Amino acid sequence: MEEQRSGLARGGLTAEEIAKRITERFPTGVSITSAKPYRIYSKVDSDSLLKLCHFIKDELDFEHVSCLGGVDWLAENKMQTVYHITSYANRVTMEMVVDLPRDKPEVDSITPLWGGANWHERETYDMFGIIFKGHPRLERILNPEGTEVFPFRKDYVTGRRV
Amino acid sequence: MTEMWLNMGPQHPMTHGLWNLRVKIDGETITEAEPVIGYLHRGWEKLAEHRMYPQIIPMADRLCYGASMSWSHLYCMAAEEMMGVEIPERAKYIRTIVLEAQRIGSHLMWLAALGTDLGSYTIFLYPMRERELFLDLMQNLCGARMTYNYPRIGGVRNDVPPNFERDFTKVLDHFEKRIPDYEALCDESTIFRMRTEDVGKLTAEQAKNLGVTGPNLRGSGVDYDIRRDDPYEAYADIDFNVCVQQGCDAYARYRVRMDEMYESVDIIRQAIKKMPDGPVRVRPPRTAPKGKTGFAHVEDPRGEGLMYIIGNGDDRPYRLKVRSPIFVTVSAAPYMLKGYKVADVPSIMGSVDMCLGETDR
Repeated sequence: MEEQRSGLARGGLTAEEIAKRITERFPTGVSITSAKPYRIYSKVDSDSLLKLCHFIKDELDFEHVSCLGGVDWLAENKMQTVYHITSYANRVTMEMVVDLPRDKPEVDSITPLWGGANWHERETYDMFGIIFKGHPRLERILNPEGTEVFPFRKDYVTGRRV
Repeated sequence: MTEMWLNMGPQHPMTHGLWNLRVKIDGETITEAEPVIGYLHRGWEKLAEHRMYPQIIPMADRLCYGASMSWSHLYCMAAEEMMGVEIPERAKYIRTIVLEAQRIGSHLMWLAALGTDLGSYTIFLYPMRERELFLDLMQNLCGARMTYNYPRIGGVRNDVPPNFERDFTKVLDHFEKRIPDYEALCDESTIFRMRTEDVGKLTAEQAKNLGVTGPNLRGSGVDYDIRRDDPYEAYADIDFNVCVQQGCDAYARYRVRMDEMYESVDIIRQAIKKMPDGPVRVRPPRTAPKGKTGFAHVEDPRGEGLMYIIGNGDDRPYRLKVRSPIFVTVSAAPYMLKGYKVADVPSIMGSVDMCLGETDR
């Protein structure tokens, strides 16, 4: 039972082994902050993102996009996209944080790799105005067509709470 | 024949909420489909940025009234991860029990809804009757039928009431004898099987790539369950099976949920037996450091729920991102619908268990 739970029974890699292989392949551009059982935390340059995604999808069996979202850091003058990608075979979820300039928030789309990222990227565009290059259909999804603001940005004035 | 676009929704009996399914039909055959959501968008994530950490718990309940316990629990887990709070052992077991009771309640509501979709009013009435028993148990526990506000950052609100074990055992014994009734109603009904078998096919490869999770993923033959493969709360100490079906169709997704109800009964029994004594709650910090992040993901009744939270140095979060399972699953609807008839739409979309509160947030 224990062996099955630790992910070894399926011949999977542990989080530490995955982290090591990523560091070997990407000496620059990707920095692994920490790796513990079931979790890897990392920071990725926006240029290396797509290459890293191809690598973990094709060679490390990461087949599922758990989550994808944006963060607006107004005081630091930057934006972030945060990816959580899961490997069913290895039972590891990897967090990737990508910093983007706030005046030109553009990042490569990962929808061509994982269809599950499609609506997440549309939503992030809808709420933050982050452009995903290569997305098949980057349109508003939750807000109505024709909305001219990006409501989840921190400089969007929501009005007073009553 | 000429093709035409047909709007099924926003007001349509098939939709279970407020959304619109646009289908392009050639005669009776669907050639293209496009789900349109957003009618229920409240800006939940932005609302959370303006509230203190404990104030978000009842808001999280409202993400999905059918499975509110699992959402408020997920929020508490994410906040605990960020603040570094370790919860007492007894609280873990209580959470496991209420989460499984919630899973049964949610699956029963789904079965009832599927029954009305497919025109069998009996399949609607029987599960709704038994669901009430679980709602009564929850009411004994925390005073509310549906929006519980029961988990807390650092544990749960109160200890279990007297006779908790006796009541649960009684309900589970009764309920376990009832599941074969539902199975008899569905599995032995020719109409039900004709309408669900071999429709809404979604292969394992498609399901994985499109981010479909939960019972819908396991109905496509992928053996993955966060309760087993990334254990949280007390699931690591409990022995249970992950229900997988190889059918890839609407009927397989129905079978997975029926089997999961048996498993949930089993999990609750084990958890009640193993539940240790002790405190149910620790005092969490009121604030979180600026820039500190945390995420947690759980096996919601509908799939993988994930929350990602960032602290702001005060008592409110800087950002709270919610991953809703149905938001992603409904984006895979075109792949499930293409090539089938318009009359198959209710059984296909009924089999994925739609919930719009969490989808639109």
